[in-house]
Amino acid sequence: MHDALTRAGRALRVVVLIALALLFLIPFYLLVRNGLATERDITAPDWRFFPHALQWSNLTEVFDDPSLPMGRALLNSTLIAVSTTVGTVVLASLAGYGLARIPYRHANVVFYAILGTLMVPAAVTFVPSFVLVSSLGWISTLRGLVIPTLFSAFACFIFRQYFLGFPKELEDAARVDGLGYWRTYWRIVVPNTRPVFAAVGTIVFIGAWNAFLWPLVIGQDQEAWTVQVALSTFTTAQNLNLHELFVAAAVSIAPLVVVFLLLQRYIVAGVERSGIDD
Amino acid sequence: MTGVTGAAEGAVKDVPGARAAVVPGGFGRPSLGARLLGPQRRNLWFWAFVGPFAIGLGLFTYVPLVWSVYLSFFDAHNTVSPTGEEFVGLDNYASMLTDDAFLGSLGTFLLFTVFIVPATYALSLALALMVNRLRFAQAFFRSVFFLPTACSYVVAAVIWKLSIFNGVRFGLANTVLGWFGADQTAWLSTTDPPWYWLVIVTVRLWLQAGFYMILFLAGLQRISPQLYEAAAVDGARPGWQTFRHITFPQLRATSVAVVLLLVINAFQAFDEFYNLLSDARGYPPYARPPLVYLYYTALGRDQNLGLGSAGAVILALIIAVATVVQARWFGLGRKED
Repeated sequence: MHDALTRAGRALRVVVLIALALLFLIPFYLLVRNGLATERDITAPDWRFFPHALQWSNLTEVFDDPSLPMGRALLNSTLIAVSTTVGTVVLASLAGYGLARIPYRHANVVFYAILGTLMVPAAVTFVPSFVLVSSLGWISTLRGLVIPTLFSAFACFIFRQYFLGFPKELEDAARVDGLGYWRTYWRIVVPNTRPVFAAVGTIVFIGAWNAFLWPLVIGQDQEAWTVQVALSTFTTAQNLNLHELFVAAAVSIAPLVVVFLLLQRYIVAGVERSGIDD
Repeated sequence: MTGVTGAAEGAVKDVPGARAAVVPGGFGRPSLGARLLGPQRRNLWFWAFVGPFAIGLGLFTYVPLVWSVYLSFFDAHNTVSPTGEEFVGLDNYASMLTDDAFLGSLGTFLLFTVFIVPATYALSLALALMVNRLRFAQAFFRSVFFLPTACSYVVAAVIWKLSIFNGVRFGLANTVLGWFGADQTAWLSTTDPPWYWLVIVTVRLWLQAGFYMILFLAGLQRISPQLYEAAAVDGARPGWQTFRHITFPQLRATSVAVVLLLVINAFQAFDEFYNLLSDARGYPPYARPPLVYLYYTALGRDQNLGLGSAGAVILALIIAVATVVQARWFGLGRKED
């Protein structure tokens, strides 16, 4: 009796999971379905799960529409996401290493000053940051879009925690061999801690690619639009082409889904290791 | 922290020549330069590593904050360097705190939090519990629920606004309801009942549940199997009893972190509100959380940066107080002492 109940429970759990998984996948399905359908199929009064014909020409049409500068926006997003990722990882890992390993009397003060900014959400800083960036004349420039976002206390914190757990004996041996802090970091620590670099790098990349508020505020000229800003602007256009919008949205998340699926292991490790819960 | 520093110092002493650089007490004071550099130029090295990051963080977080506090005392329209004549004292604060739209935005945030925090908490915990016990296809289900994290709020809003909850007949929700004979609903423009909340909350639920599921899965992995064995010996039945007395209490630290993150993220909500609700005619007067309100006040047509800054300062104070209260409440940081 009891066993039968457990077995029934287990089966029910799998059924619920499959139902939830389908529900979670519906938005992705809609993205592809609408992106490859004709406008007529999308707006037809009777719902069809599969459009009459797949219209692959949507993919080229989206790059030819002057009101939706997709090519330029993809280029901007790529430049911004790559430079943000590289910059954040370099700056935060150096700072994390210094905080974890170089004895300094006021290291604690510096650490808490950095950690304190985690408590200051974007809701508070975006108006003042906009003020600063606009007085520097950085509106609609790559540096205005990238530089203010490079200093992630969160990334610094993860690196510091990770380096604290790195076996100290390895570094001590390096020091005895006469390596200074820089060469110990570069030759011993970095090559042996690649997973944390991958984890932080992927998380930062996804965040930079998907960022919306900052690019919206800073990237005001059409030439400075990121993919997200371009899509958002197109959404509110007067005569909206649904198939074009959806194929553009699908194109915008395609690189990310690939990166995500390939590097998921590192992202999961990074999320788990963020150490916020211990 | 101190333990680590001490260990590092102990280790350094074994290095030849390190002794000479360490300042011995009472043997004459080293020069100012030597003291600034520190033993083995460690201070120099520390700042070489930490300096670029710390300076950037100071420049792009602390400087704007201070500047914002300064601006909040001025009538700063379209300018970031107001003259003395434009000094208005606390007027900006007074008009913010008596502005129904600003107070309304705080109310919107509270309402949003009441919806989204329990919903995400429950869904992500349920997903984690179900996925954790799976004997097959665990990686597959985990990926499926985690995948929306890769999606931007803009793309999600496009799907929700123009496909699932499109107010016309071909919207998915209206189609499904139509099968049961229900009427069409204009999901985003109906304010009575406020259906737009359903749209806003489900976007975020879909997008972030997987992220918190990962946190809960990590928490579940850390629970010792011996606890479950002991509970089984004591006669606790698997299922609700075990969850109630073992799993849930053991997840306390994770739960606290999840709730804190959910609240702070709800406070920062902007992307989905903006992309779901604004259209060619602008943003409707309802459902404006603080960030949306600030966006239109500070960066809208009249660029009232003084007023916007006052709003930002008030929000900062609210967050500071809320964080301290929450930390006290959950007893965060207790174990560190």
